Amino acid sequence: MSEPIIALRSVTKEYNGQCVLNVAEMDVLPGEVFGLVGPSGVGKSTLLRLINFLEPPTAGTIRFMGSTFSAQDSVPLALRRRVTTVFQRPMLLNRTVAANVGFGLWLRGEKQSQTVINEALNQVGLARLAARQARTLSGGELQRVALARAMVLRPDVLLLDEPTANLDPYNVGLIEDIAHSINRLYGTTLVMVTHNIFQARRLAHRVGFMLNSDLVEVAEATSFFESPRDPRTAAFVRGEMVY
Amino acid sequence: MITARDPAVVEIVLLSLRVSGVALFFSAMIGIPLGALLGLTRFIGRRLVVALLYTGMGFPPVVVGLFVYMMLSRSGPLGRLAWSWIPSLFTPGAMVVAQCIISFPLVAGFTMAAVMGVDPQLRQQVLALGATPWQAALTLLIEARLGVLVSIIAGFGSIISEVGAVMMVGGNIEHSTRVLTTAIVLETNKGQFSLAIALGVILLGMAFLANVLVLRLQGRALDE
Repeated sequence: MSEPIIALRSVTKEYNGQCVLNVAEMDVLPGEVFGLVGPSGVGKSTLLRLINFLEPPTAGTIRFMGSTFSAQDSVPLALRRRVTTVFQRPMLLNRTVAANVGFGLWLRGEKQSQTVINEALNQVGLARLAARQARTLSGGELQRVALARAMVLRPDVLLLDEPTANLDPYNVGLIEDIAHSINRLYGTTLVMVTHNIFQARRLAHRVGFMLNSDLVEVAEATSFFESPRDPRTAAFVRGEMVY
Repeated sequence: MITARDPAVVEIVLLSLRVSGVALFFSAMIGIPLGALLGLTRFIGRRLVVALLYTGMGFPPVVVGLFVYMMLSRSGPLGRLAWSWIPSLFTPGAMVVAQCIISFPLVAGFTMAAVMGVDPQLRQQVLALGATPWQAALTLLIEARLGVLVSIIAGFGSIISEVGAVMMVGGNIEHSTRVLTTAIVLETNKGQFSLAIALGVILLGMAFLANVLVLRLQGRALDE
């Protein structure tokens, strides 16, 4: 088994003294699609924010690409730039689609190559909209531009936070195809939060189940869905209410 | 008088634009970063600073004039230093200082509101793309650019039409510190209504143009 690209150990996160995340151990392997499922409000998005180093954990360590960080450590910018997130509600800048896709390159002081931008837009099927103002796009188009914006950065880890919530089935299919090809073509590790267990089953190599701030179980996708170890996971997979 | 480009009128208009333009430049240099700081960060004492800023937005110009007068007069704390870069009373420099104090709270206040109007999620997403905190702040400021421009124009509107402070610290000296507003007061007192009206029309025109620009930037049509 290869060295995990992300390894969380005894990670907790508290807001105003209230614990919202408590992960004893979680490993994400390089090149895999790791699905994270669970009901709303159990800490899945918080976990992604911690992995993206948008906020520090209250306690515990996060090992990322060989470097370990605790609550007090500052994460080097170069390392922070090897991971990015596509959010449930993508916020684009009030600029053209092409300018939005090239924005991350601008942040890095890299030349915003039109070829690279067009290639990314082609991959999400939006090359024809390159000159359009981002504010005129539909929800599905916005999410595809957000994916293209992340894709041009060639991150080692791409975090997807409910990327298909509120989208129609056609756009859900498109986003899933794009996520799959990012993983396959570039070997990008994906960590995908989703409410949709069918989506996790379609895309993920391994799946983790979160409940009440805890990571209850992590397993290979097949065994997660067909023979879950924890009764709470089994209930969630069956579509039952879990508390 | 306006169409004939009367030299006296031209001189007054140009001096008004110069004084208010320089004051606006310094107001923007102080007000935009201050507004961005207050809009984007949370620190101990921020509420107090915001309260002071709001107070500053409503400062009576005449009180500002009095304050600057006392500071810059020969017996005042700044005037007695006699440093070359501190302007003397009854010079355009003193008028710039007074106008700057009047307009920078407006620029800062409107900039703060504009920056706070940007969805907070955007900052997080920009950071997630690898921005440094400075790059994130700059990006949000650029996103709020229309609001920032409106703040600058509002600042300009507040000082180009202001009379109390510039009269006190400038003294309305011919060929030196006479600007549109002080000239209008003088000409009216002298009974020279034609010149006062001409200057008033020019001033109104400038204020109108500033407001049209604000409306245009806010994306509204004039007939709305």
